[in-house]
Amino acid sequence: MKVSYYPLGDQAVLLEFEQEVSPEILSDVQCVYQEIKSDAPEWLIEAVPAYASITVHYDLKQLLDAESAEAVVIGFLKEKVAASKNSDPPEQRVVRIPVCYGGEYGPDLKEVADCHQLTPDEVVKRHTDGDYTVYMLGFAPGFPYIGGLDASIATPRKKNPRSAIPAGSVGIAGQQTGVYSIETPGGWQIIGRTPEKLFDMTKNPSFLLRAGDKIEFYPITEKEYEEWQE
Amino acid sequence: MIKVIEAGLLSSIQDNGRTGYQESGVIQSGVMDTFTLRIANTLVGNNESEGVLELTLTGPTLEFTEDHLIALCGADFSAEIDGAPAPLWRPVVVKKGSTLHMRFSKTGCRGVIAVAGGFDVPDVFGSKSTYLRAGIGGFKGRALDKEDVLPIGDPGKESEATFKRAEESPFTWSVSGAYTESVYSPEFIRVMPGLQFDEFTEESKRTFTNSTYKLSKQSDRMGFRMEGEPLERTTDEDILSEGVAFGTIQVPSDGQPIILLADRQTLGGYPKIGQVASVDLPALIQKKPGESVRFKWITVKEAQLLFKKREQEWQELKWIINKKLKEA
Repeated sequence: MKVSYYPLGDQAVLLEFEQEVSPEILSDVQCVYQEIKSDAPEWLIEAVPAYASITVHYDLKQLLDAESAEAVVIGFLKEKVAASKNSDPPEQRVVRIPVCYGGEYGPDLKEVADCHQLTPDEVVKRHTDGDYTVYMLGFAPGFPYIGGLDASIATPRKKNPRSAIPAGSVGIAGQQTGVYSIETPGGWQIIGRTPEKLFDMTKNPSFLLRAGDKIEFYPITEKEYEEWQE
Repeated sequence: MIKVIEAGLLSSIQDNGRTGYQESGVIQSGVMDTFTLRIANTLVGNNESEGVLELTLTGPTLEFTEDHLIALCGADFSAEIDGAPAPLWRPVVVKKGSTLHMRFSKTGCRGVIAVAGGFDVPDVFGSKSTYLRAGIGGFKGRALDKEDVLPIGDPGKESEATFKRAEESPFTWSVSGAYTESVYSPEFIRVMPGLQFDEFTEESKRTFTNSTYKLSKQSDRMGFRMEGEPLERTTDEDILSEGVAFGTIQVPSDGQPIILLADRQTLGGYPKIGQVASVDLPALIQKKPGESVRFKWITVKEAQLLFKKREQEWQELKWIINKKLKEA
């Protein structure tokens, strides 16, 4: 495992892995993150995992007596990186997400199909057949960055972003696919919508997904979608 | 309770921010100027990181339905209580039925109002901060609006005692102007090299600190967009999105720097030329759109020593405030 440590200002350190998006790097990130979380010192405010890095925010107030606060943090991280070599990544969950494709819930399905000279049904098939992994969450609460979209249905973003995309909308933007976790403006091609909530404050846990999850999208009818809502 | 007569431009409940949920995409939020947060709370006997009302550019008009002990810190909104000027940086008793009226800020951009007992709103993911875009936390997940009624928590025994003393004879002291001046008026905003510093052209590295950048009108709690000499990288290679911090300076392809602030997203994908030193964030935060900023490079070690000095000064000031609060 190749890692480097960089200061992110006076109160954070970035632990960088090899800069690529791959299941191997994801697994390394998860193993190290797991070690950090299981033994977080008082001064550790929070650790934020991403595609190929972990950002560690530390409480400098608690490290004022140290010769170098940064050295303390990096020393701790080095230990965790070493320890992670003997640990297994967290068990991979499979989360199945129902999607009502096309119609009023997927207004751009036809555009995506036309763009690739496919039928809408074929786009749905290729989208549900994808081998998806959640690499990280960010952008909005519970919003997943998902890898594994079939390149044959990769589609550029819309020229004019919509001012409001409803929560649950399933979209494509370039090589990415994803699900909007809250209503926001956005330019993704919306091909369907899920009745599942990716972010629900009334539930514990409030987030449906976490990094490392495998995702399976499967089609449901409009009627099933509406029944789900009730 | 406090009734909102006019909400001001953007008034929201904020505390020290929400930590521990960035891994799930939940941003930190919290007050922009953490210096005002700890002083204002200390002045009314609250815990340093208790939720306060953060005000932006134009302050609100509030009516108090009970007696409250408050402190106004940060930008000067020409506050008046029932027509009489209200002092900044000092604990003030506001009597039941009084109205606090604020205007456009004369100096600074953001202020806070702390109330003894804090605002009685639920903790969401461990914080009272309002995450405006996701509509969570604070008062109903949003900025204040006309006719809102804000519930206030029970002040502790210390606050009650301070309250009584202030009622008998109002405090006449304030936090020293020399102290606030030292925080808010650095000649330069000090910055440390960012992760992609070496990817910028030699000329851009110099330009960044040799020229002046103006705060664009499109600046908000999420980030300050700066306008000035564009900065160039020697590569156009993409960067994988990774963690960012309060004060991270990103440079998108148009070369105009963006400084990420309290409501920044959890991850960023633009190259980072620098990072604002923590001690200079309050000074930066108080800039209004249109105002200028000059930057100066320092090392991480220097930034941490400045921070240590600031912490020591703060501990001394805190000790003095607590002592003053106990004097009749």
